[in-house]
Amino acid sequence: MSTDRPDDSESESESEPEPDGDVEREAAVPETDPEVQRARAPATRGVDPDRLERLLGDAVLRRDDQINADAAFEVRPDAVQDSLETLKRRAGFDHLSCVTAQEYADRYESIYHLKKYADPTQEVSIVVPTSRRDPTSESAEPVFRTADWHEREAYDLVGVEYEDHPDLRRILLPETWQGHPLSRDYDRDRPQIVTLDEHANPLKEDHEAEADDSTMFVNIGPHHPATHGVLHLKTTLDGEQVADVEPDIGYLHRCEEQMAQLGTYRHQIMPYPDRWDYVSAGLLNEWAYARAVEDMADVEVPDYAQVIRTMSAELCRIAAHMLAVGTFALDVYGDFTAIFMYAVRDRERVQNLLEDLTGQRLMFNYFRVGGVVWDLPEDRQAYVETVRDFLEELPQALEEYHDLLTGNEIFQLRCVDTGVLPPETAKEYGATGPVARGSGVDYDLRRDDPYGYYDELDWDVVTEDGCDNYARVLVRLREVEQSARIVEQCVDLLEGWPAADREVQANVPRTLKPEKDAEVYRAVEAAKGELGVYMRSDGTDKPARFKVRSPCFSNLQTLPELAEGEYVADLVASLGSLDIVLGEVDR
Amino acid sequence: MSTDDDDVNAATKTREARRGRGVDDRFNSKLREAFGSTPFILTKFDQFMNWVRGSSMFMLQFGIACCSIEMMHTYAVKHDLDRFGAGVPRASPRQADVIVVPGTVVSKFAPRMKRIYDQMPEPKFVVSMGSCTVSGGPFQQGYNVVKGAEEVIPVDIHVPGCPPRPEALVYGVAKLQERITNGESSPVTVKPYELEQFGDLERDEVVEQLAEEIDEDTLVMRYDWAGSP
Repeated sequence: MSTDRPDDSESESESEPEPDGDVEREAAVPETDPEVQRARAPATRGVDPDRLERLLGDAVLRRDDQINADAAFEVRPDAVQDSLETLKRRAGFDHLSCVTAQEYADRYESIYHLKKYADPTQEVSIVVPTSRRDPTSESAEPVFRTADWHEREAYDLVGVEYEDHPDLRRILLPETWQGHPLSRDYDRDRPQIVTLDEHANPLKEDHEAEADDSTMFVNIGPHHPATHGVLHLKTTLDGEQVADVEPDIGYLHRCEEQMAQLGTYRHQIMPYPDRWDYVSAGLLNEWAYARAVEDMADVEVPDYAQVIRTMSAELCRIAAHMLAVGTFALDVYGDFTAIFMYAVRDRERVQNLLEDLTGQRLMFNYFRVGGVVWDLPEDRQAYVETVRDFLEELPQALEEYHDLLTGNEIFQLRCVDTGVLPPETAKEYGATGPVARGSGVDYDLRRDDPYGYYDELDWDVVTEDGCDNYARVLVRLREVEQSARIVEQCVDLLEGWPAADREVQANVPRTLKPEKDAEVYRAVEAAKGELGVYMRSDGTDKPARFKVRSPCFSNLQTLPELAEGEYVADLVASLGSLDIVLGEVDR
Repeated sequence: MSTDDDDVNAATKTREARRGRGVDDRFNSKLREAFGSTPFILTKFDQFMNWVRGSSMFMLQFGIACCSIEMMHTYAVKHDLDRFGAGVPRASPRQADVIVVPGTVVSKFAPRMKRIYDQMPEPKFVVSMGSCTVSGGPFQQGYNVVKGAEEVIPVDIHVPGCPPRPEALVYGVAKLQERITNGESSPVTVKPYELEQFGDLERDEVVEQLAEEIDEDTLVMRYDWAGSP
């Protein structure tokens, strides 16, 4: 958060985009000495706003200073593509993390949150204001593929229109919906009509798509065992191969952003993040909100609480990855087989640990603004021992998974070289988490944008260069090992922590009212990737705009790249290896 | 005393005589012993069918949201719903007779869920799992959220919780079995959210406005956040 910019920011903002970053990353990987890591973190934060302003030229309307991003520029609605292109090619901002749209009393606004894969602490926001009468701005899709879905969502919920967008239609709500629910004049009392038509009947006209006789149209979902929830894939098959696949989402759009905007910062928002990514990753999600609000309200979290957070969040990651691996085995092997049962057994153990700590199996609601709600359970020593027992048996369990899955020839036949996602494509789509790391993109916010206690601990970021389904599964299994390492160190720290010094919560006012027009965008490394939260305050105790940047939303967008041209069975495997959770895709 | 013994012996002998050599010992079971000397039982056919239905339920493999994670845990090791004769999830609604609704139902999904329910063969039963399916739960205020599964399909058992623990779902399923065995099911009332053809809708303002977009024959469902309880 420090704003002073030491010397090396000069070299950082040199106009050499990715290669530069990669070199730096290579050097950073083996570096596990906490001293070095800590020194690195603040040094790289900060870009040179003046230089960027010169690059962007006359597209800029105004320079804006946000809390979090190092620079924010308001640009003309007709210069969006040029500005983003310039930042991407000449300043190295190759990661469009999130697009937030919102409506003010006098204007609409789209915010493009840009980062660098090489160094996510360098951020810049491009703000595009448009008038209320004609809320049209240029689409960013030609520059960043990922903008496609993000802008469709902005259009759907807020009502901003994007010129040049390839396919601007609703994405989360039914196509026949009237009005844009997050805009100011939305009338929620108005009845709506939802059709079943868009769910085309696969038996109609003898399975044949209209245009081409040799292809067949198949609906996969929204109720289908392989879609991991309520996802609908409109698939066109050419024989056994996927000619075209289009994910249709929104079957679990339960208005998470609206819910958060109805709640107060202090206590009422925290229960909802648990339900974004509900695969036991609750604490990781809570951290995303906690981090954003703590930055916004300037709350310093005590070290002891950070250690508990780090430990419990990593336990969540283990549980989430276990389910990912278990259900992936379910997808490629068939029915409820041994691997799924083993994975659930190990999850049960983690859930027991988390239940002892938080009081709930799944929806923990354990973090608070400024810390966690309570200390480790009594009897403390017994709890620590239980965690250690679990960690002790984990390597053997992982060995079993490797025997059954990654070492299995049949599994390898199914997964090696299927669902290939080249690293450049992954970046285009804003893929993060195990999906990006399985494509060799060395990007992990726990290390690259440190928070919590991660930078004090000894662990490694896992990457695989396979770019295929196999690599993604392997990354998850190996990440479980790393999470276990982190938990182990945290447990040691907690055990030795002096009793007088166990502060679980900072002193936070009963009502939080951040300054008017304060804005913050913060992300953490959740189980599925970069989970970001954007908030804007209007001076009250509730956020005026709350936007969730869901990693699954971006990751799922890569599915057509993975699946088209492959066999339909590999489509299922690819979907499984992306490990989406619909609660987070649809929010 | 001796007369009692004689009576017992006589009774045993009579039973054995009636059984004859009968089936192989291996086929004798606790159940057979309980029925006594006769291999026949008298019961009403309905009662028998209900007992069968309750004791062997085919669940639909149906996941919506958070609750489906706990539902998976209920099926899997540790909780093992199969102990109660209800542990084989079927992927097709046409093979299932119980649907657990595990999660928030939203406007876009409601017509699909109705369709899935309609595809299940009679008699069919519904367990609604979690607060969302009771009332919309924590998301009740959502502009897009249906306030409970009962707005769309009839529900036999509600399992509250957010999410309910696997033990709670096991209890709910056991309660459902009990009700089925007793021949009870919940009355099918007229639901506010029905699938209809667009042409059959009452022509109000909303319908008029969409008339150009939607074909007469298209199946539609009305969604009315403010109007539902």
